[in-house]
Amino acid sequence: MLRRTLSLSVLLSLLIAPVSLLAETAEEKGLAIAREADRRGQGFGDFEATMKMVLSSRRGDRSERELRVRTLEGKEGEGDKSLTIFDTPADVRGTALLTWSHPTGDDDQWLYLPALKRVKTIASRNQSGSFMGSEFAFEDMRAQEVEKYRYKYLRDEPCGELTCFVYERYPQDQYSGYTRQVVWMDQAEYRVHKIDYFDRKQSLLKTLTVTDHSLHLERFWQPGKMEMVNHQTGKSTELLWSDYRFNTGLSEADFTQNSLMRAR
Amino acid sequence: MLRLPAACLLLLASASALGWEWRGETGLEGRYFTEGPGNPDYWHNGSAYVRGELLHEWNDRRDLFTFVPFARIDENDSQRSHADIRELIWLHVADGWESRVGIGKVFWGVTEGRHLVDIINQTDAVEQPDGEDKLGQPMINVSTVRDWGTLDLYVLPGFRERTFAGPDGRPGLPVPVDTDAASYASRAEQYRVDAAIRWQQMFGSLQLALSHFSGNGREPLLTPNFDDAFAAGWVGGPLPPGFKPRLDPFYPVIEQSGLEAQYLLGGWLFKLEAIARSGNRFERRMHAADAGFEYTQVGLFGSDMDLGWIVEYLWEDRADNFVSPFASDWLLGNRLTLNDIAGTELLWGLIWDPQTEERVYSLESSRRFGDRWRATLEASIYSRAGDPPTADEIFNGVAPDKPLAAFSREDMIQLELIYFF
Repeated sequence: MLRRTLSLSVLLSLLIAPVSLLAETAEEKGLAIAREADRRGQGFGDFEATMKMVLSSRRGDRSERELRVRTLEGKEGEGDKSLTIFDTPADVRGTALLTWSHPTGDDDQWLYLPALKRVKTIASRNQSGSFMGSEFAFEDMRAQEVEKYRYKYLRDEPCGELTCFVYERYPQDQYSGYTRQVVWMDQAEYRVHKIDYFDRKQSLLKTLTVTDHSLHLERFWQPGKMEMVNHQTGKSTELLWSDYRFNTGLSEADFTQNSLMRAR
Repeated sequence: MLRLPAACLLLLASASALGWEWRGETGLEGRYFTEGPGNPDYWHNGSAYVRGELLHEWNDRRDLFTFVPFARIDENDSQRSHADIRELIWLHVADGWESRVGIGKVFWGVTEGRHLVDIINQTDAVEQPDGEDKLGQPMINVSTVRDWGTLDLYVLPGFRERTFAGPDGRPGLPVPVDTDAASYASRAEQYRVDAAIRWQQMFGSLQLALSHFSGNGREPLLTPNFDDAFAAGWVGGPLPPGFKPRLDPFYPVIEQSGLEAQYLLGGWLFKLEAIARSGNRFERRMHAADAGFEYTQVGLFGSDMDLGWIVEYLWEDRADNFVSPFASDWLLGNRLTLNDIAGTELLWGLIWDPQTEERVYSLESSRRFGDRWRATLEASIYSRAGDPPTADEIFNGVAPDKPLAAFSREDMIQLELIYFF
């Protein structure tokens, strides 16, 4: 009797499975892709990296900034914590930013100003604001938790030698600077290759192009170069990542307001 | 004599090879006093400063040594030409707690208008009128971060006297302060060992801190040098000709409790600082508070600019106009961040006393040039503050009608060029 029920359920599931695959909506498929990408990024523990930011104006003026980033993966159900330390330009040297991202709700952010030895709380509704005068907004820089968007799969499309999923995502936060983003993600390793950002008036605002991915701990793909072009202003910003180091022994204690004040 | 700098350079060069880091900034400052030459008889003043920073981190970021020397020379004011060790401190991080031993700087507080709660360091008042420059404070600090909050304990051996502009310094008081004549309520004077404690915790969007300080008050009472006046034959009325009037600082022993609260609601940041201070035998227990909010409009008019609004109410219950100019005042301010490559920023503020009609306008703006230069333009303008009290009035106890009268002729525009090395 038991065996019959089992086999029946197996049979049923075999029958239903293809049906449910067919019936998967574009929204479900988009979410499934985002979840898979998130799953593949899980378990990194912590990492440190160096980032060079190259700002270019429409006239071709260039300016460089150097930063160091330390990130600690959030425990189950919690967002990541990250610490960003500014090394250049010299007048912002020693300034540091601490972010506690949350899967739902606003992130907590604090900025440390070394001249005054003061930690200032940043009202996180400022997330659509520019990060250090660059074309990256605060919300582009933070951890991309799955819950922060709704999704919709659009199509498959070749991207270079690979095939990409193309899907849209809609920020769930009413204070986001965007109505939607179109993401190109390769099907082989679930790496982001390109994102189009649409502003509140539904017009194309920016395009992010990600190249030079590198593999770490044989599991985790990290971007090497991220270029953000603002179509409305003609300005652009390049982020060049280097010196990725994983499992450096960071802990919760390295991501408190106290540790923000002594970050070097 | 030329050997010394060369030896220093050699030392620094070898230091960097051993994992030591040397950096700093130097600035050239020009001031213009728009209300006229005043008592010191000059319209403009030049000054220069240098601030170094020597750092060494070891033991996998668990130990950090910091040395920050500072020196300024001033064209006219010998009191403003001064040097200080801002920091000379060893930080050690252990599991669950950290310690700081040496000369350091600590900031407490959340508001913009006044820094009421901030008390560990003495104000280096000759530096800038905003009072945000501080003298290095000897300290032993132990800090622990726990589930129930962050607790800081401070033992503060040694007291720093507040700096004041000399007789030739501007901006200055109508009667100069003689810092050499400081007196204390404590028998141990500046060698008294002070103590402080602070607890800070987050409750969701609410950030709360309670603190207490026990020791030499950082804010001195200024009293006319009556004894010298009597010795010169003064019996009240006009001061004798040739007499050099001055104010002597007196430092009481105080107990000060502080509250800091900050609540984040959407894009609104609500702030409160409040203190209760007692122990000053010339005054009753005093209370003061600064409460308000900050709100930032992001991407103003579709541009990259951010505009922050700052509104605060400043209150205190000391009735003396001379010691407490901000007894019931409003602060209105805007912070404009252009988010351009030059990092251009503008902060303007108005402190307005609705009762006396006094207004203080201030401007702080700055932008970067290249990677290593920054220029700042600042201004402070006093309006409807009346005439400054004369020495005769001060010695005869004639209180000024307007709390800010003493500064009413010290309006100033300041340009500074800073190089980072």
